[in-house]
Amino acid sequence: MRDAFTRVLQRLAAEDPNLLLVTGDLGFGVLKPFWEAYPDQFINAGIAEQAMTGLAAGLAREGKTVLTYSIGNFPTLRCLEQIRNDCAYHDANVKIVCVGGGFVYGSLGMSHHATEDMAILRALPQVTVFTPGDPAEVEAVVPVMIRTPGTCYLRLGRGGEPTLHQAPIENYRLGQGLTLRPGRDIALLSAGGILTQTMSAAALLAQKGIEAEVVSFPTLKPIDRELILALGRRFPWLVCVEEHTVIGGLGSAVCEVLAEAGSPCRVCRIGMPDVYSSIVGTQQYLRGRYGMDDAAIARRAEELLQSTEEAQP
Amino acid sequence: MTYTEKIHQGFTHPIDTADPRTLAWLIRRHGLEMTHLSRGSHIGAIFSLAEIMATLYARVLQVRPQEPDWPGRDRLILSKGHAGAAVYAALAERGFFQVEELKTHYADGSRLSGHVSHKGIPGVEFSTGSLGHGLAVAAGMALAAQKDGQTHRVYCVLGDGECDEGAVWEAALIAHQFRLDRLVAVVDHNKMQSLDFCENTLSLSPFAEKWRTFGWNAIEADGHDVDALESAFDQARQNAGTGKPTVIIAHTVKGKGVSFMENNILWHYRTPQGEEYDAALKELEAQRP
Repeated sequence: MRDAFTRVLQRLAAEDPNLLLVTGDLGFGVLKPFWEAYPDQFINAGIAEQAMTGLAAGLAREGKTVLTYSIGNFPTLRCLEQIRNDCAYHDANVKIVCVGGGFVYGSLGMSHHATEDMAILRALPQVTVFTPGDPAEVEAVVPVMIRTPGTCYLRLGRGGEPTLHQAPIENYRLGQGLTLRPGRDIALLSAGGILTQTMSAAALLAQKGIEAEVVSFPTLKPIDRELILALGRRFPWLVCVEEHTVIGGLGSAVCEVLAEAGSPCRVCRIGMPDVYSSIVGTQQYLRGRYGMDDAAIARRAEELLQSTEEAQP
Repeated sequence: MTYTEKIHQGFTHPIDTADPRTLAWLIRRHGLEMTHLSRGSHIGAIFSLAEIMATLYARVLQVRPQEPDWPGRDRLILSKGHAGAAVYAALAERGFFQVEELKTHYADGSRLSGHVSHKGIPGVEFSTGSLGHGLAVAAGMALAAQKDGQTHRVYCVLGDGECDEGAVWEAALIAHQFRLDRLVAVVDHNKMQSLDFCENTLSLSPFAEKWRTFGWNAIEADGHDVDALESAFDQARQNAGTGKPTVIIAHTVKGKGVSFMENNILWHYRTPQGEEYDAALKELEAQRP
């Protein structure tokens, strides 16, 4: 996803000299092609995320489109108030980019686990939140984000994720959920890089004769309300999968939509329970450990369907 | 009698708000009235800033009240947003909006929040209130101007207590690194903060030296002497081209202008009511220019 991001960004930077990328002294290897190609549009603000974000707001107030870039919680929680007051309240054209959503930096420890960012950024008024699930979604949402006025948050995974969409996504519109796999029995909803696990969970379920529909939400806010309500009419259960706390992210957003509409559809939230992980490990290890790898998602979906059948003999 | 008539009585009209002494007096007079009407706080900080804001708006800033978004304007961010009444008063007296609106400060439904807000208020560049934010934003504005080859200046007024915030020093590093020599910070150095004197809280001294070691050009001036301030701003202007940002450390007295408020920590929060309001008004009237 990182590489798709820099590829698209270079294209957009060529088109618009007012597009600036500000890093908090991170992105070695990832951003190098950008700073070599567009040195005048690249700023290293040092290890000073609060000032980086304020600086971006000031640049944006003067007509620039500014991306701030860092990893994990550094571009978000470390400078949350600058995002809230200086960027969002001022409708500043600042696009906050995080590499390492979820457990990408799992082995580095709790400080580097970005597992509350979606909820916290989603709670801020005048902030649009993008959670692409694969490189194709990154290619689709980044130009939309740059065109979207005001403050946005882009949560990326790592480098080297597989492309899950069969074809490039044409004409992506802000707020659109995307169906990757049609299904009949249950729906798996996913936001962010955990889409790989969600897709392979659907494949595991198919081996057992369960047809799961898979829907990705490259925009978390505004959420695709109509699509969620339509899914709620078709399926008894919506299983929401996110590499993030179950509080305040995708699962919560889906619950809000369904409950407010009076939908009888039930929701299962798969994600981090309300804890920090003091255990370290690879991203895949931690996903397994916290019940959000493909096998765990498939197992949970199967249990949900069984419980529904038992309740309605 | 309207609010405006009450404040302006005793002046020969039209009032010469281009005179920084007159404007400073009006800022104090409004500060007293606005905090009295609203039962609001921070009169000490408003009084401490009066000459700084008056010098900026009367003598220094290139701004157009009838065209507040003029692209060539100098930018001013009041980073110590709790003294927002001083900005509102200066803007209203300089013709950016109606003086009468000042009476709505803090009121239900008002756009004049206690901490300065830009929303819908002509002439306010940026909203602040949480300390330590303004200098980085000002640096961003100055960097944009530098990139675009524009020649306006960006001013940022900070409090000394505000300099406890690490983000101020992050921004100071950035401004130095990017050679933002059209950025001018002014610190209202009244030596007091919320609960106590700075020296008893987090000591800032040697203050000018701190800025110099961060690569800034530091000028010290009497923050209640409008001529000294104007001269400091002139020096800051001449500094463009050196690659160094400038800080003016304006030595001030918190609560300046009312004897019982001066250097008294109580008046960071206390609102002037009853006999205290009357006594303060009497002292201000005696200083009318």
